[in-house]
Amino acid sequence: MDAKKKNNKAWFLVLPVVFVVAFTAIIPLMAVANYSLQDIQGADNRIFVGLDFFKRVATDPNIQDAFARNLTLSMQVLLIQIPLGIFLARLMPKSGWKASAALVVVAIPLIIPWNVVGTTWRIFTRSDIGLGGVLVNKFTEYNLSESTFDAWVTILVMDTWHWTPLVTLLVYAGLRSIPQAYYQAAAIDGASALAVFRFVELPKLKRVLMIALLLRFMDSFMMYTEPFVVTGGGPGSSTQTLSILLTTIAIGQFDIGVAGAFSLMYFLFIQIFSFLFFTVLTLDERPGATKVTPKDKRKSREEKEEQPVNSKLKKVLK
Amino acid sequence: MAEIRLEGVAHSYDGGKTYALNPITMTWEDGRAYALLGPSGCGKTTLLNIISGLLKPSEGKVFIDGKDVTDVITDNRNIAQVFQFPVLYDTMSVRKNLEFPLKNRKVSRAKITERVNEIAELLGIEDDLDSKPSKLRSDLQQIVSLGRGLVREDVSAILFDEPLTVIDQNFKWTLRNRLKRLHVATGVTVVYVTHDQTEALTFADEVLVMNKGSLVQAGTAESLFLEPQHEFVGYFIGSPGMNFLDVEANSSLLTHNGREIGKASKAGLNGTHRFGVRPEFLIPSTKSGLEFKVDRIEDRGVFKLVHLSKDDFKFIAKTEESYEAKVGGKATFSFDPKRAFVYDMNQMAVSTVSPSSEGGN
Repeated sequence: MDAKKKNNKAWFLVLPVVFVVAFTAIIPLMAVANYSLQDIQGADNRIFVGLDFFKRVATDPNIQDAFARNLTLSMQVLLIQIPLGIFLARLMPKSGWKASAALVVVAIPLIIPWNVVGTTWRIFTRSDIGLGGVLVNKFTEYNLSESTFDAWVTILVMDTWHWTPLVTLLVYAGLRSIPQAYYQAAAIDGASALAVFRFVELPKLKRVLMIALLLRFMDSFMMYTEPFVVTGGGPGSSTQTLSILLTTIAIGQFDIGVAGAFSLMYFLFIQIFSFLFFTVLTLDERPGATKVTPKDKRKSREEKEEQPVNSKLKKVLK
Repeated sequence: MAEIRLEGVAHSYDGGKTYALNPITMTWEDGRAYALLGPSGCGKTTLLNIISGLLKPSEGKVFIDGKDVTDVITDNRNIAQVFQFPVLYDTMSVRKNLEFPLKNRKVSRAKITERVNEIAELLGIEDDLDSKPSKLRSDLQQIVSLGRGLVREDVSAILFDEPLTVIDQNFKWTLRNRLKRLHVATGVTVVYVTHDQTEALTFADEVLVMNKGSLVQAGTAESLFLEPQHEFVGYFIGSPGMNFLDVEANSSLLTHNGREIGKASKAGLNGTHRFGVRPEFLIPSTKSGLEFKVDRIEDRGVFKLVHLSKDDFKFIAKTEESYEAKVGGKATFSFDPKRAFVYDMNQMAVSTVSPSSEGGN
């Protein structure tokens, strides 16, 4: 009876993936972990320092400031872009050539490379020759290389322009997947437009919105290219994101140990934050979240149902 | 409670190029249960949505209790509609779902509680009021979505749009019985859309058969079965459907390829027609009739389906369980003269047909 001999050779098919992931993720990450635990002075001169670099990162006032700043930026991004994305998606035409046209227009910012977005906005916001900069200057004094407020608002507006379409597209797809019957039922129930949004659309968009929230949080918390090109993190350090600061430490100051520890903590924070986010938002979908009517009760009720229905004919014929 | 009247109601989704619903004039009497029966895409849902006001007909007028409501929005028509799948507000409990239509209409708190309890009792969902609808079985979910329609007072009519589509097989009949009992208890006019003939025939007082946007015949289950006025009714209702054969009429004598099939009871019938007889009314005969070759016999337990062929056509006969014949052998069948019909080019029945006396061989 050797018919049950298992052939496990299929596992070899996983090897290419293991190989690729090892080179693109695991080995570089381990190299970073390696840097973060020892002070490397030269090729033959290295001292194991344990968690010293991690402590330095945690207590460094510049990093703390950048962390708070970036977290504020991310929250503002979410607060503006999620509602705006939903609003735009609801305005978009539902079908026909207008829907296709609207989709193309909305998607344009998404396909522009980060660097190009930064450069475009760098020119657009110049207070001497930039279309936007000059226009705003007509109403109020605007100079993003001098005013920290102007720089901050510019980054926020630019990111909103660049990434709200992502939220819009996700929500639009979510809205289109809601069966028409829900809207019809709501119409019969006399629901107001607000009630339709609150009780029909929002619950059905929950999954899609969670994806949008996570993506927008992660992206904005790792924002680098656009502020780097537009403001360079300035004026001062007013628009310096964590990524810009990290690059400065790693490449500008060549402080590899601190940068390694910083990278790992940065990475872990995003992981944990996203995980918590997901867990909290899906709490009510866990099994056993709502009570279920006991089975025996149900059964007795079904037995009641099987009564004859002949009385109907009498009633109709009266 | 209400009488619904349609006057020349028609609908086109593409501005008049094609009609999903051809002009229909009819009255749905108060308190009766109607079934709209037809294949997918025959316009039955369109008709339903016109009654509920979700769709404004491109032509014609809709009256509820003599009042023209063609331009009245759904919200104000007092119509309950149940869709193909349970349509519920997932974030609300069953109780909140039932309260929702009343809250939207600014009914007082005390009145809402009273009404919701009443309806929950009527529907037998008192124990589930505080559950989330997603935790209920699919048939109970359908009951809850019906409850949301009924909770408003003075509901004119309940419209069901294939309500058993997604219900587990085991609970289909329980739910259908419940709906039926509910119709009796409330006495509300009911319109029930389905493509399942058994559902339609067992649920409704009157069945309206639709095909390609037109009403082809309305009547009781019995009359649709015994006297199909339209070829489609013969084909669609009954299992298996009617046997059809192209015939040439010559002074009411019907022939197929020169072979005499029968004689139409209406005099002076000429030209190309179709002869139709249900498998139930093809009767084994020892004397006169058409002699067929027996291709196959299907034993269905309580009856037999005898597959017959002759020249270039095939018939199916539904016989009693006791019927015996040799497969590959010959068998003679006649038909019931009151139950065989001849249809004109418009597929409408023009006459009954009696079998030829000489046997037609």
